[in-house]
Amino acid sequence: MLDFPLWKRIWLWALTLVAAALAVPTIVTQAGGTWPASLYNPQVSLGLDLAGGSYLLLEAQRADVAKQRLEAMEETVRSKMREAKPSIAIGDVSATDGKVSFMLENPAQVDAAREALLPAINGSGTVREWDLQVLDGNRFVITLTQQGLDHDIDQAMDSATDVVRKRIDALGTKEPTIVREGAERIMVQVPGLQNPQALKDLLGKTAELEFKLVDTTALQSDIAQGIVPPGDQIVPYAPGTSGAGTSIAVKRLGGIRGDTLTNAQQTFEQQTNSPVVSITFDGQGAEKFGRLTTENVNKPFAIILDGQVLSAPNINEPILGGSAQISGGFTVESANQLAIQLRSGALPVKLTVVDESTVSAELGADSIHKGAIAMGVGTIIIVLLIAAAYGRFGIYADLAVLVNVVMILGIMAVFGVTLTLPGIAGFVLTIGTAVDANVLINERIREERRRGRKVMQAVDLGYKEASRTIFDANITHVIAATLMFMFGQGPIKGFAVVLMIGIVTSVFTAVYMTRMWVALWLRRKRPADINI
Amino acid sequence: MRLLKLVPENTNIDFLKWQWPTTILSALLMIASWTLLYTEGLNYGVDFAGGQMIKVTFTQTANAPIPTLRTEIEKLGYGEPVLQNFGKPNAVSIRMRMPHGAEKNPGLSDAMAKTISADIKKHHADARIDGVDSVSGKVSGELAWTAMKALGFAALGISIFIWFRFEWQFGVGAMVSLIHDVTLVLGLFALTQMEFDLTIVAAILTIIGYSLNDTIVVYDRIRENLKKYRRMPMAQLLNLSVNETLARTVMVAATMLITLTALLLLGPKVIFGFSAALVLGIFVATYSSIYAAAPMLTWLGVTGQSFVPVETAQDIQERKARGEA
Repeated sequence: MLDFPLWKRIWLWALTLVAAALAVPTIVTQAGGTWPASLYNPQVSLGLDLAGGSYLLLEAQRADVAKQRLEAMEETVRSKMREAKPSIAIGDVSATDGKVSFMLENPAQVDAAREALLPAINGSGTVREWDLQVLDGNRFVITLTQQGLDHDIDQAMDSATDVVRKRIDALGTKEPTIVREGAERIMVQVPGLQNPQALKDLLGKTAELEFKLVDTTALQSDIAQGIVPPGDQIVPYAPGTSGAGTSIAVKRLGGIRGDTLTNAQQTFEQQTNSPVVSITFDGQGAEKFGRLTTENVNKPFAIILDGQVLSAPNINEPILGGSAQISGGFTVESANQLAIQLRSGALPVKLTVVDESTVSAELGADSIHKGAIAMGVGTIIIVLLIAAAYGRFGIYADLAVLVNVVMILGIMAVFGVTLTLPGIAGFVLTIGTAVDANVLINERIREERRRGRKVMQAVDLGYKEASRTIFDANITHVIAATLMFMFGQGPIKGFAVVLMIGIVTSVFTAVYMTRMWVALWLRRKRPADINI
Repeated sequence: MRLLKLVPENTNIDFLKWQWPTTILSALLMIASWTLLYTEGLNYGVDFAGGQMIKVTFTQTANAPIPTLRTEIEKLGYGEPVLQNFGKPNAVSIRMRMPHGAEKNPGLSDAMAKTISADIKKHHADARIDGVDSVSGKVSGELAWTAMKALGFAALGISIFIWFRFEWQFGVGAMVSLIHDVTLVLGLFALTQMEFDLTIVAAILTIIGYSLNDTIVVYDRIRENLKKYRRMPMAQLLNLSVNETLARTVMVAATMLITLTALLLLGPKVIFGFSAALVLGIFVATYSSIYAAAPMLTWLGVTGQSFVPVETAQDIQERKARGEA
């Protein structure tokens, strides 16, 4: 047990030095210095509870995705039936309760209708998204499967995460963390951000832009009573716009969508100097927009954002260059926000904030400062106590604890682990475990000496017998930490990660490092008695 | 140089003499804790209960004007606030239930937080808003569930490990002392109505780890001595084992308590509850590893024969071949 050949010594030292060296950039930065950017720079980043900032947990509206898919399917059904040759007349179309249903006016066309729908229903993916049933010979029921909805949400969330990232990046905050959590959530952490309201406003809109023709023949009285003219839909004006409180009727079909934008900027309208958003379409979008405006000169068209009309200007002349201006009672901020939202694309699904928290930087700094003092005081007392209790062996144990702390920092830096308050608590437990290991060993050596064993034999036995206990104790910690990591959330996870790293490093330093130091000293001095 | 010894050498304290009084004491404390948990309940933090929490520090005032704040906030009509000092006398946390309809319209709870913050700033010029937390009922339910799951699985996993490494009695003993330790800590939180949030769950998980660690150290020695002294009476053997590990038990508890007391007194207020839970937890865990975990083994029927390997047919043949009886 006390035999330490050169290669073993080199290995132990190399491992320790590497782990410790990795902690240096963090220590330099936290002490107020700057680490040269040209060098490898692993850092232990501080959690929001320490550094201050905002945290949001966004959740997709499952029902929203289902509704969108059903509406899309309804559109598909209508166009397929219309396009079929000969065209198939249908009626009683509804898209509710997770299914689209409709009736054939001529039951003889069942096979033709099924034929026309099959490609859309089977889709191209591996997931079976829709189930088709024909009831009573002429009623078609197309159900969105659970599997299909899960798949749709999965895809929607993937692109939603991208959109969220683009929007937050546009705010210019430093190092935001944007992670998908589970099936339908996105976690956002923005260090240093003190007012999450702007962030919430930015993420709270899906920003789906549409241009639709206004039905000028619709009667205002009908609209006010909610009577929808055939082929139209009624859309309310957005709050803060010139028409706020009223609604207009627009044509359901024949409009274009704003998903083909290449750019959006907040600018000022030249005549009135009011804030507007200038948009630029891509080639295809420009062509569509040109055609729409050419065919409808002198007619008004509505600019609709998330189902609310921003404005309904008149088309004075064809707009062929692919760029346009959107006005709608904006302030500079709201125009800028819309520009960011349009640039980063529409969210495929509406997101709501289910959990949020903001920690002020002062409180964070206060926590770090006090935590550091408390840890410092605690550590100094322990170091003195251990040295007083076990003499030379105690000093070895103290050194091992010090190396342990630096190694944990180094490993955390490499794996990019964030240090949070519960993480600091994990540190405390780890140091306790490391001290425990050395106390177990040294008490055992004492005991064996008392039983009259020779120095070498007592030390050897001390390490051997204590190692079994240390192993049992640490395995329980490993089990606890692993399960905490697997099943816990947030703070519990942060605690578990530090604990897991700490178990490995504390066994390494408290058992192997000290044994090497003790063995080398014993071999050099060959003492007949030891003070322990 | 004489070295410091917290526990004198070769102690021979008859711990088991006290096993009945301590058992009764433990039982009473556990019953008291359960009663408190039932009658008073835990003061769940915003993590678990859902709602909004606003943390405010009054920079120019020595003591936060809690009664004034309470009446001011009640006037706003959002219901009754839960106000508590938060670590320091000049800092408070204000907890509000989610306003009606906030599940459907999250804007409502934001508006509430804004109104309350603005109102505090209007009445108290030196108020500094340190943070606003909000958790919807759905998320808080999930948090409670995952926390329970983490706790349950950790305890189960560890007891299975002990059962494999030792004997079933040791697993049961460790579990009982674990339940004892966790119950008393929960009892403390029910008694003081300190806020019970996710960091406290982390503390309880730490206590589970520490309690088992302490129990295992004693059990390890008992197992060793059981193999060594097969004919020693159980009571004497348990006393010997506890005495042999006493120096270590005291030393480790002392070091842990020193660090945690420093954290409790000097550390940031955010982890006051956490440190308090751990200080009590370590104290109780040390006590239970001596007074509950060890005597339990005699009641469960661990004897000098527990670690004697069972003779297989082959062993018997070999013994006969050697000509032994």
